[in-house]
Amino acid sequence: MIALLQRDLRLALRAGGGFGLGLAFFLMVAVLVPLGVGPEGALLSRIAPGILWVGALLACLLSLDRMFALDFEDGALDLMAVSPLPLEGVVAMKALAHWLVTGLPLVVIAPVLGVLLSLPSGGYVWLLASLMLGSPALSLIGGFGAALTVGLKRGGLILSLIVLPMYVPTLIFGAEAVRRGAVGAEAMVPLLLLAAISLGSAAILPFAAAAALRANLK
Amino acid sequence: MSIWEYANPKKFMQTSSWALPWVSGLAVVLLAVGLVWGFFFTPEDYKQGSTVKIIYLHVPSAMMAVSAWFMMLAGSLIWLIRRHHVSALAAKAAAPVGLTFTVIGLVTGAIWGQPMWGTWWAWDPRLTSFLILGLFYLGYIALWAAVEDADTAADLTSVLCIVGSVFAFLSRYAVLFWNQGLHQGASLSVDSEQHVSDIYAFPLWTCIAGFVVLFVTLVLLRTRTEIRSRRIRALMARERAGA
Repeated sequence: MIALLQRDLRLALRAGGGFGLGLAFFLMVAVLVPLGVGPEGALLSRIAPGILWVGALLACLLSLDRMFALDFEDGALDLMAVSPLPLEGVVAMKALAHWLVTGLPLVVIAPVLGVLLSLPSGGYVWLLASLMLGSPALSLIGGFGAALTVGLKRGGLILSLIVLPMYVPTLIFGAEAVRRGAVGAEAMVPLLLLAAISLGSAAILPFAAAAALRANLK
Repeated sequence: MSIWEYANPKKFMQTSSWALPWVSGLAVVLLAVGLVWGFFFTPEDYKQGSTVKIIYLHVPSAMMAVSAWFMMLAGSLIWLIRRHHVSALAAKAAAPVGLTFTVIGLVTGAIWGQPMWGTWWAWDPRLTSFLILGLFYLGYIALWAAVEDADTAADLTSVLCIVGSVFAFLSRYAVLFWNQGLHQGASLSVDSEQHVSDIYAFPLWTCIAGFVVLFVTLVLLRTRTEIRSRRIRALMARERAGA
């Protein structure tokens, strides 16, 4: 499993494209929104939590279809399926690798973009915490969607149609935690619920994704 | 005699062709009675005026939109566990019907909400979760349409349906996180003290029964269509192979 993780990370970092793309997209969203709604500070700081979360979510979505597609095309996924490593473990490692190269950089860069969007100073801790706890769920849910659509020719569109509704609870609790934190209200409850979604996804979705992969590889 | 007999497409076609006129007739009768009773023979509400009557379309379609997903969940589970094609096809057939009920629920709600709440749409918990349910239907239908191999499509959509019901359920309660919104609580119940008055409740129950039977009719009809189209495809494949 560790070897698979190392391989995926190395591929993501060296093959180029996928790694920086999500980050650049996140940056573009944070730049475009103030240009679109106007640079008024009060308005921006009110919508900043939502914008940051939606941006992170879409940036995550961008790189999802690459999660299994390349390995599916060149047959590496078939080899993984017949290897002694259970397919559930493969899926979990793939999701972890996706999170490390996409989710984690988003978490790191998010406070910088928070400054661009004039997020109130109380919100930064909650922004970091909510993205840290919530972005694994994005990768796991996305991994399930990617596993469902890996065999499709026009998979990308359907992938987003399937995955986005499932992102809704994560988005609601994540943005709610930041919003409450930013105005100084009690933000622990949405944060805990967010952690629950991530843990629940980690417990259940690898199995569902592995079932979908098996159906696709048959 | 067991329910699994209907896993045989031939048996299913026989029984459903016998049952179809009866259930469709029953649906027409129930809906006609319920709607005419509701629209013309109930008094107007003292606050809401005649707009209260949209309840006879709104509540049943909203209930069936949720129930249809559970019916698809049952069909998907049966397909995954026992590999009965009819069950997978019934789940496939139910999806567009469920989507239609969702849209009817949303549209009638908007038409009622405009004069009552002063807005077509509000990001209210119930409305939002219902919209998300509609998106789940769309994703499910799109996945069925996109996968070429029929058995793979049935497998994938079944997994999606199971995971989707977890998330549909979750978004249902996630949105409750916002304070109770504009939408009122359940207005129909058998045990609670406070609910809609009997004069509206009886035609409403009739309409609900009518929508349930209508759903059964449409699903039977669409499942028969699916079975027939699969037979045609099999025949065409055989002809091509023979030629």
